[in-house]
Amino acid sequence: MLSATKSVFVTVGTTKFEALVERVDSLELLRALKSKGYTSIIIQKGNGAYCPSVIVPKGQTKATTEGVQVEYFDYSPSLASYIASAALVISHAGSGSIFETLTAGVPLIVVPNPLLMDNHQVELGEQLADMGHLVSAAPDELLTAVRSFDASRLVPYDKGSAQGMVRSIDRQLGFAA
Amino acid sequence: MEMQVVTNLHTGVLWGAGFLVAGVLLLALRMLYVMFRRGPAPARTKPAKTLIVLGSGGHTAEMLMLMDSLDKARYSPRSYVVAATDPMSGPKALARERLWQKKDSPTGFRIQQIPRSREVGQSYITSVATTLYSLVFAFGLVLREAPELVLVNGPGTCIPICAAAFVYRVLGLTRTQIVYVESIARTRRFSLSAKLLYHLRMADLLFVQWEQLARTYPRAVYAGRLY
Repeated sequence: MLSATKSVFVTVGTTKFEALVERVDSLELLRALKSKGYTSIIIQKGNGAYCPSVIVPKGQTKATTEGVQVEYFDYSPSLASYIASAALVISHAGSGSIFETLTAGVPLIVVPNPLLMDNHQVELGEQLADMGHLVSAAPDELLTAVRSFDASRLVPYDKGSAQGMVRSIDRQLGFAA
Repeated sequence: MEMQVVTNLHTGVLWGAGFLVAGVLLLALRMLYVMFRRGPAPARTKPAKTLIVLGSGGHTAEMLMLMDSLDKARYSPRSYVVAATDPMSGPKALARERLWQKKDSPTGFRIQQIPRSREVGQSYITSVATTLYSLVFAFGLVLREAPELVLVNGPGTCIPICAAAFVYRVLGLTRTQIVYVESIARTRRFSLSAKLLYHLRMADLLFVQWEQLARTYPRAVYAGRLY
């Protein structure tokens, strides 16, 4: 019998976010996810030097730990397919990943990178968290956030549209509606 | 005789100074006029030549989303400007344009590079030099292209281009409209680029993607979100 997989996709985006990868590489977090019914963890770790070595044996990129499948990779050109097939995304707070996940209708926990110089990532994460579309957590709060996470309490996100801007620009340039 | 020469010199200097003051005043008045009395362009049917600055990363992604929805036949030919240090945006625009050129009528486009004014972590003194260089470069580029629309969404790379377009408009050389779209990541505070373009009244249209930002900055326009 094929049991349904419920996978968690962790993504740090195009650069690196070692604090996030380190927090995810924890047996406590793995157990918290397992108790929520998730069966696999896929980590896109970016180009940071830190490689998971707790939830997968050191030097391996794939393993089954306490019944949870774990794998990690640096980068993939098609993160969209990982996001779409995930049951939960834990992401850096870049606007691309955020909206790709929200518009795919996948539950999302964002972790803004505190090391970014001008940290407007926090702003976007908090705004969308206030609106109930996602949960925003600092790296140190991730475990608590996962333990209290309830996907059914999230508010679905309605996709935006460029049509309003297009109409304004057309009018500004003198094109008839 | 000698008195005469000195008097003539004095008169000359006075006239010269007078012209200079009058010129500066006229220019200042013209600048204030452009800053405060700008409205939509007159009705048109011909396409508008468009200069698009791709700011890298999330900026480029948002700009290409907007371009997806704009009528490409109206906004053509299109000229994309990318920072020399950004290897990703050029190919992304190229890929998107190839799709559009297939679907819409082929209207022409080009992609060119501009030196970046400041790299992350660059020192202050060298920043001044590179900023000056990118300003000179931008003034040349905008004069060559003479776009009717400059479409920008940050970050700092777009400021020299906007400054050039604004100065040429003040001088009456072009009628470029400047449209800025603040990033969706800015929910409560303006970015530095938005602050500059808003307070110096350089943008004809300044979009924000959150209603509360439009309440803080009344001349900013909320017309929905790209994502």
